[in-house]
Amino acid sequence: MELSFSLLVQQLFIGLALGSIYVLIGVGLSLIFGLLTVVNFAHGAFYMVGAYVAVYIFEKTGNFWACLVLVPLAVGALGLATERWLVRPLYGRGLDYPLLLTFGLAYVLVDSVRMIFGVQGEHFSTPELLQGTVDMGFGPFPIYRIFLVGLCATLLLALWLFIEKTRLGLIVRAGSRDPLVLKVLGIDVDRVWLLIFGIGTALAGLAGLLAAPLRGVNPEMGGPVLIEAFVITVIGGMGSLVGAIVAGLLVGVVVAMTTLFQPELAELSIFALMALVLIVRPNGLFGREGLMS
Amino acid sequence: MAADKDHPASFQRRSIIKAMATGGVVLAGGGVFPGILRAQADNIRVGLPIPLTGPFVNEARAVQRGAELAVKEFNAAGGMAGRMAELLVRDDKLNPQEAVTRTIELIEKDRAHFIVGSVSSAVQLSVNNATKQRKVIYNSVSQSDTINEAKDWSKYTFHECLNPHMTAGAVARYAFPKFGKRVVFLTADYAYGHEMVRGFQTVGKAMGIEVLADIRHPLGQTDFSSYFPKILALKPDVLVVCNFGRDQAISFRQAADFGLKKQMKIIAPLLIHSGRMVDGHDVYADIIGGTGYYWGLEDTVPSAKRFNDAFRAANGGTYPTDYAGLGYVGVRGVLAAAKAANSTDSDKVSDALRAIKGDFYKGPTYYRACDHQSVQSMLIVESKPAAQAKNKEDIFNILAIENFDESKLRSCKELGHA
Repeated sequence: MELSFSLLVQQLFIGLALGSIYVLIGVGLSLIFGLLTVVNFAHGAFYMVGAYVAVYIFEKTGNFWACLVLVPLAVGALGLATERWLVRPLYGRGLDYPLLLTFGLAYVLVDSVRMIFGVQGEHFSTPELLQGTVDMGFGPFPIYRIFLVGLCATLLLALWLFIEKTRLGLIVRAGSRDPLVLKVLGIDVDRVWLLIFGIGTALAGLAGLLAAPLRGVNPEMGGPVLIEAFVITVIGGMGSLVGAIVAGLLVGVVVAMTTLFQPELAELSIFALMALVLIVRPNGLFGREGLMS
Repeated sequence: MAADKDHPASFQRRSIIKAMATGGVVLAGGGVFPGILRAQADNIRVGLPIPLTGPFVNEARAVQRGAELAVKEFNAAGGMAGRMAELLVRDDKLNPQEAVTRTIELIEKDRAHFIVGSVSSAVQLSVNNATKQRKVIYNSVSQSDTINEAKDWSKYTFHECLNPHMTAGAVARYAFPKFGKRVVFLTADYAYGHEMVRGFQTVGKAMGIEVLADIRHPLGQTDFSSYFPKILALKPDVLVVCNFGRDQAISFRQAADFGLKKQMKIIAPLLIHSGRMVDGHDVYADIIGGTGYYWGLEDTVPSAKRFNDAFRAANGGTYPTDYAGLGYVGVRGVLAAAKAANSTDSDKVSDALRAIKGDFYKGPTYYRACDHQSVQSMLIVESKPAAQAKNKEDIFNILAIENFDESKLRSCKELGHA
């Protein structure tokens, strides 16, 4: 096979599209860690719950767009409850307490879904409007994946605007630096944390819904996702939104290029990239120092 | 495990046999001897290590349901001279190490007489290693070429499932002449995938196929998009997808998304029932593959009809899948052999099982003498659109049936048997 220029371009594009899925998967985890310093091991489980909520809502309504609105709300609500009654009592006790709690919660969620929906997995079709391919000049490309890239970009822009440009965003940023000052100023910090945890889990649920037409739905689907999300968070720098975006796209491209030349190493390449980044920049590409200490 | 003779499990087995013999004498003499009677009434225990958690859970559940039916039928027919059978199901978590631990536990702690099961090529090899050392019969119900080779095989090893050489060979013989000879493989990078590719290539070579690429992907891949540009650029006639379970469903689904089906024919060694049931016709449309069993066989094969009816009666009207058939016939075989030998002694049952020939659920089957591979038929199927289906479990059209004879298997000599 000749290694043509168009094949390389196509592979690069596929890598970027794949990267946007990685960004979607990673951003919720990164947000919660960056602002709350909670390492959310249930991230993959919330992603899986998102997909199952989508299956349920789609069965009732037959409408993908309804899922797109309701799934983040439902999973976000579950996240709010988790923060309020499970995670909150553990603040100030060190990194490993919420880590262990969410680790256990992941098991509870996976087994609950197994009990409710069964172990066999579910089917989730690509919405009719987004089926088929378009010719991108270098070859056919699925419309649904283009939709994902667009949606991901919109979502990240909204998130960035919220954190950087709104009053609430300012409070969130201030709170992540110095919660004590915020309290002194008479701001209810607890509600800020609650909101962030809710948004982070809502994003995980949304990613689960969006991945369902690509990867199918089953109780174990969150397993590999948790690993992918962690790799992206670590490469991008713990707690950096920009970092998560750059890392997600970078991982997508690296996977795509490795697949083209050495497909056996595609899985390994993600971890090699992570090791390399950590050697050069121990806090990740855009990480703040001292977040873990 | 140098001193197998002194192994507690072997000892136990011999004592039971002795006790049975004594018990028989006592009974014949009309005597009453409670302790020995208890030993005689002892159940025949079949250990079933299967992956009840993990990506092959659907296949594992199917194996279990089939096995339960076999035990139920055996007991309903009076057992082995009144001795009932009992199924001991354990979760091997699709992990060779875990499977060995469970298997040894089944043999040594639970006193299982026979082991049936496993839904992975790698897991079955470790289970076989454990049963072989302990001289316990193991009937494997999943695909593997290696298990029948002399280095792994023992007198106590039986292989109920088709093997990759047979499966891939049958699909290759059907598909390559019809769809073309320029071939690309997309293969899961583990024993199952490698053995399937070898099976396709062995048969394909004789047909003059040209292999453009054999692209390997890691097990448990969630996104195949980055594999497709290269495959599309190679312009093959046929794409052979050699993976299993959820890998298969995801790769089929994404291949369709990227329009691969419009440019080439996709074939697979096996089309998995549970995958087709969950993911629907759209994902599987136009893909051709093999299967060891499909319930639709009942239209032409009376034993399939009988098996389907019995299975449906026991499982709320659900039809048996490919792996349900394997679980059924795998356990049915060892129990029938025990009954024929009137013993649970591994050597006697091995001889009896080797002699079993018949039509139990899919037409005639028997075990080849040199390696205990089950010689059987194989079906070539494709997904059936919902509009043509008789019911929601009517998922395949049977395109062809290949009845295997030993000439299409790897020869005994090739496997290293004298």
